[in-house]
Amino acid sequence: MIKLRLERSPAPVWAKALIPIVAVLVTFLITSIFVVLAGAKPLEAYYNFIIVPLSTKFSALEVLVKATPLIFTGIAVTFAFASGYYNIGAEGQLYAGAVAAAWVGATFVGLPAIAVVPLMLVLGFIAGMLWALIPALLKVKLKVDEVVTTLLMNSIIMYFISALLNGPWRDPETGWPKSPEFFEAARFVQLVPKSRLHLGFIIAIVVVIIVFIIIKRTPFGLQMRAVGASKAGAQFAGINVDRTMLIAALVSGGIAGLAGVSEIAGIHYHLISELSGGYGYTGIIVATLGGLNPIGATIAALFIGLIDTGAQTVSRVLGVPVYLGDVVQSTLLLVTLGMLLLQNYRIKRV
Amino acid sequence: MLAVEMKHINKSFGPVKANQDVSFELEQGEIHALLGENGAGKTTLIRILYGQYRADSGGIFVNGEKVNIYSPKDAIAAGVGMVTQHFTLVPTLTVAENIVLGYSKGIVLSQKEIEQDVAAAAEKYGIPTKPSALVKDLSVGERQRVEILKALYRNARILIMDEPTAVLVPQEVDLLFEALVRLVKSGLSVIFISHKLIEVMTVCDRITVLRDGKLANTVKKSETTQVELAKMMVGRETFGVQRQTTHEFIEPVYELKQITLEGKQGFKTLENISFAVGKGEILGIAGVSGNGQGELTQVLTGLVQPNHGTILVEGKDITRLSPGEISDAGVGRTPQDRHEGTIGELTVAENLALEHIKDYTNRSTLDRKKIQKDAAEIIKEFQIKASPGDQLRKLSGGNMQKVVLARALSRKPKVLIASQPTRGLDVGATEYVRKRLLEERERGTAVVLLSEDLDEVLALSDRIAVMYEGKIRGIIPASEATPEKLGLLMAGAA
Repeated sequence: MIKLRLERSPAPVWAKALIPIVAVLVTFLITSIFVVLAGAKPLEAYYNFIIVPLSTKFSALEVLVKATPLIFTGIAVTFAFASGYYNIGAEGQLYAGAVAAAWVGATFVGLPAIAVVPLMLVLGFIAGMLWALIPALLKVKLKVDEVVTTLLMNSIIMYFISALLNGPWRDPETGWPKSPEFFEAARFVQLVPKSRLHLGFIIAIVVVIIVFIIIKRTPFGLQMRAVGASKAGAQFAGINVDRTMLIAALVSGGIAGLAGVSEIAGIHYHLISELSGGYGYTGIIVATLGGLNPIGATIAALFIGLIDTGAQTVSRVLGVPVYLGDVVQSTLLLVTLGMLLLQNYRIKRV
Repeated sequence: MLAVEMKHINKSFGPVKANQDVSFELEQGEIHALLGENGAGKTTLIRILYGQYRADSGGIFVNGEKVNIYSPKDAIAAGVGMVTQHFTLVPTLTVAENIVLGYSKGIVLSQKEIEQDVAAAAEKYGIPTKPSALVKDLSVGERQRVEILKALYRNARILIMDEPTAVLVPQEVDLLFEALVRLVKSGLSVIFISHKLIEVMTVCDRITVLRDGKLANTVKKSETTQVELAKMMVGRETFGVQRQTTHEFIEPVYELKQITLEGKQGFKTLENISFAVGKGEILGIAGVSGNGQGELTQVLTGLVQPNHGTILVEGKDITRLSPGEISDAGVGRTPQDRHEGTIGELTVAENLALEHIKDYTNRSTLDRKKIQKDAAEIIKEFQIKASPGDQLRKLSGGNMQKVVLARALSRKPKVLIASQPTRGLDVGATEYVRKRLLEERERGTAVVLLSEDLDEVLALSDRIAVMYEGKIRGIIPASEATPEKLGLLMAGAA
């Protein structure tokens, strides 16, 4: 019998550079099975996935629209993960931000945009932070696993929002469970006429730049990365590990809160319980694919935005389920993770 | 017929020869001690017998038959069982469940049946236990007895006990010894790994001493003494760097007063540790690993706060300060394990800057130029083979240790805590580090050297303290210290 063994042996730099490309190719190869099962031709499907969305101005802008919330949540997750805090609660923190924005957008009628937009952003950020606070405190004070608590907080806010929308915030005219419409000045401006691309995209890019600077260029960022890479090493160097994780967790929650503000003020103009579509969870995929680097996460968010848009095209043109996009996304994550892990090994016969 | 015979075992890990032509014989029905310092090759030899390592050459015979042991499964099949220091029990399962785990027949598991089974086995071997109790509710000693019973239940006729007393309180040690003596009478053969002379002389029939990976000797208990065993354990040639003069202890720079650290369940891992280190003096702290040096390092470097006692630097109390504040007070700190005291994912330059990040901050952003420049200077001064931008984890052990040392020394500390500074380093790097420690001594630094390498302690220290079971067993001047004397203190000889 042939016995195989994994042996540690780091891949050369050129091979590492090829990882994203190879990962996409392998993913397409694997997901072809599902494409065929769904009754379509793989090449045609991938043409519609990748090329068609970029071929018209409208659909190319739509890619950016889809990518906007993912950039926020991807950056939020990156910020937490980089410091070794596994925030799985971006989804809930997003909704917390959305609740704050919904309140501002329906309450301060008459305020000019220059006042109401910053107010929404600040309160949305704070709401996200507050929603992240309890798990973060439990983590640093009592060592309660944040993966579980942040996840549970997601369910809690969904029920909270359901209570809001079926109670005090129920639409008085239609009776639907949705909050009152935003007044005009509270709605984000459209960047390109007749497209859905809104101010949120610009804010997302600004957040990316700020976070990049924090992580790579500030003392706190270095301490964060130190804590993320080795708590023992960071503690030995005199870094307050708990404080660093607490701050990272709160900022992460705040950024996720901005995703909620952006979606509600840029797209929906009222709060509904289906606001997100799992952006908080997809943010984990985005952050991981991006290698916990803000720029990498942005690229990953754009790519997933592309696949999301493409999935709708594929579905429309070829009549396959739109969920094929989710299959491609998830497979891509698994393939990339596998490759990131295996790049440090080679297979040897023993 | 011999229970176990290991013939001419050789095993290397890279350049390190862990076992060189070691032969070992275990007779039927004896308790045979395997004695030696850390790194003497005891663990390697035993892992080869238990199938966790494969010997490069040599043969293993069990009950006179040649066996090929490639995995613990093979070892168990050959009748060899092992009880390690870290137990492998599932806390949330019962004693009976743990014992039959992976060894039960059939598909349906009858709780009652296995409990009767285990109770019968406990009766047969004379090991009292409660089959229906949950393992998490048992004391450490009780858990160990479950481990022993587990091995016996799997028909082990040869039992390896890897430092079984390290985790036990004295009363439980007595219980363990009683159980072992009883088992041996019923035909079990035991390999007892230890570095405590007094235990070895209490419970064992014969003793094999390993030293530097080679067989030193095998002797009968009745024909040896603690002093002789200590000599066998530590008697080897020293090499390389050595202090030329002895410094007189003048004024104390660094003082520990009555430091006590309580571990779990009120067990004292450090008890009333007091010493003072003078200007330009190296105080060596010797001891077999696991006698509190790790905990002491953690207290000295500020990772753990002691329950009682004070630490002074030039008369100033630094006891409750954070690691960063301790550095600022003039204490250069090196970690016991260089991998745990550094961050492998970050660059050499970042690791060097991390501890004093305030000095590298310019208008609230990192002064990356200064970080690079200072790192380049330190790298040159300490002859580190790396560039500032290299990831630390890609460095060799010697270069990594130089980074650790450079980080502490570049601040010109008044006190240096050097914990296991040459562990795992090759000869060249070891010499460099030792030379550097002596240079610090000449500069007037008060150096605390915690090392399990007795040669190192003897070669460098002005005075030597020996730790045993969390206490300082005595501080003696280097002029009076001999390997034998230290060996006896280290092994807790009465």
